Amino acid sequence: MVAKKENTVSVSEQTQIKPFTINFGPQHPAAHGVLRLVLEMDGEIVERADPHIGLLHRGTEKLIEYKTYMQAMPYFDRLDYVAPMNQEHAFVLATENLLGIKVPERAQYIRVLFSELGRILNHILNITTFALDVGAITPALWGFEEREKGMEFYERVSGARLHANYFRTGGVHQDMPDGLAEDMYYFAEEFPKFIDDLEGLLTENRIFKQRTVDIGVVSKKDAIEWGFTGPMLRGSGVAWDLRKSQPYEVYDRMRFDIPVGKTGDCYARYLVRIEEMRQSAELMKQAIDGMPKGEVMVDDHKVAPPKRADMKTSMEAMIHHFKLYTEGFNVPEGETYAAIEAPKGEFGVYLVADGSSKPYRCHIRAPGFAHLQAMELMSKGHMLADAVAVIGSMDVVFGEIDR
Amino acid sequence: MAKNSTKALKELGQYIKKSLGSAIVMKVNIDGKAELVLHANRTKLKELMAFLKDDKQCAFKQLIDICGVDYPERDERFEVVYHLLSLKHNNRIRVRITTGEDIPVETISGIFSVASWFEREAWDMFGIFFDNHPDLRRILTDYGFDGHPLRKDFPLTGFVETKYDEKLKKVVYEPVELMQDFRNFDYTSPWEEMSDMQQSGSKKDTKPQFMGSSE
Repeated sequence: MVAKKENTVSVSEQTQIKPFTINFGPQHPAAHGVLRLVLEMDGEIVERADPHIGLLHRGTEKLIEYKTYMQAMPYFDRLDYVAPMNQEHAFVLATENLLGIKVPERAQYIRVLFSELGRILNHILNITTFALDVGAITPALWGFEEREKGMEFYERVSGARLHANYFRTGGVHQDMPDGLAEDMYYFAEEFPKFIDDLEGLLTENRIFKQRTVDIGVVSKKDAIEWGFTGPMLRGSGVAWDLRKSQPYEVYDRMRFDIPVGKTGDCYARYLVRIEEMRQSAELMKQAIDGMPKGEVMVDDHKVAPPKRADMKTSMEAMIHHFKLYTEGFNVPEGETYAAIEAPKGEFGVYLVADGSSKPYRCHIRAPGFAHLQAMELMSKGHMLADAVAVIGSMDVVFGEIDR
Repeated sequence: MAKNSTKALKELGQYIKKSLGSAIVMKVNIDGKAELVLHANRTKLKELMAFLKDDKQCAFKQLIDICGVDYPERDERFEVVYHLLSLKHNNRIRVRITTGEDIPVETISGIFSVASWFEREAWDMFGIFFDNHPDLRRILTDYGFDGHPLRKDFPLTGFVETKYDEKLKKVVYEPVELMQDFRNFDYTSPWEEMSDMQQSGSKKDTKPQFMGSSE
């Protein structure tokens, strides 16, 4: 077709160019949940990215204020539902800080074991869905099978695949059933083979590299400035891991390495996560090896429920049980901040107690919240399709961001 | 939790107080398990934050968290709590300031970029106003939401509920209607407490065992 001359528009100086605004999500499959992203585009280049969050806001912090410390626990499973036990961990550490409880050693090892399993679960989901976002389907199909194995361990230890509610103030709810430790050891031993397979699909994959290398580069300085933690911070070359620098539980006895990225792009973050999975599998083995026999709960019935068998015969145990499950336990007045190295970064709980059996205020510091804020920083100047890669590499889960 | 000893933290706290004067840092506390807490002056917050970030001995380069706490019975009902982390010295610090419903707090988003969303959250949840904030919109609640849900006088159930109206073919808001009254049990015990292993173990005397939980 030949364009008619009178139809052509002369671009004068007054012509206003309006950026094209598109609405990405909240139902977009690559939005990882319910992210609504308002993007201002110049052609296919992202000029501004404004994430609208809160579509999954459930008022967790408000609800916790009305629950006893024990009742508040399940809410933490529902924050980052990809690695539930890691979230519980921060909350139990906070309450234990305030109560001044020392947890039995076996319980500490169990916590480490399941935290590391949670890290593996999280990274499998993140890497495979990230690969899915940039065009590779197979990793997701393979990864979910491995994830299911991990979920089965959750189920065997707590009865639930996902919302475990297994860590409790003063220890863990029950001891591990017979044979679980052996099976988990076997899993940890076999798992690196899966990582090799996964890496075979992705690490040197030309398409994957084209989609991730030099995309969403964050400098060391920016990463610190924007409150990055976890693999996001390490991907930018900052060697920082709370398990090493501020060890909790028995991490100071473990031998493991902290992978640090060099380039700070999506590919570096992917590589960091891959290596973290290997280290986690190693840590799981160490935790099982080092696990002593003994109790898994403190022997203090003001905090921990009495044994089922005792309740059949002891009146006092009965009373303790009743008091604990109705009123809960009182936490002395004070405030504390407990942070753990969750798979996504620093997950912290700021707890204000007023001496009653319910928290006065419980603020949850979710790593994804800070990461998502840097969306504009990371995607500016990139193509729309690269924004998808950036979201994928950020590892956002809206359960924890929206709370 | 932090590996630094209480003594080192105390010294750091005193150093900060000495450097800035007691007009800015009003009180230095060590909470619980070695957590350094500064009670700061609201009006001088920016100075304090810039100092904490840039001073060589502090080097709190990372702002981890900002959150509000509501104490309705106080004159200045809100407390804004800042958590900072120094990657260099492996230290944490907590800065607390107080503010009221209509007293603005100076934003620190110019000092720490990450503060922007945290402040938006505090505004959304508590109605703490941050002065000179570049973009103080609500963040977690619904578009057009009314009220600040984390205030203690905001009911747990909220005021409105939303549903899709089949007749109007759109989402509508209605006053919240509950089938059953909201049950908030008060466990205040009329009886004497039994001997308490947990309490006797700790030094702190929290005698009024069941004083709390009265909403």
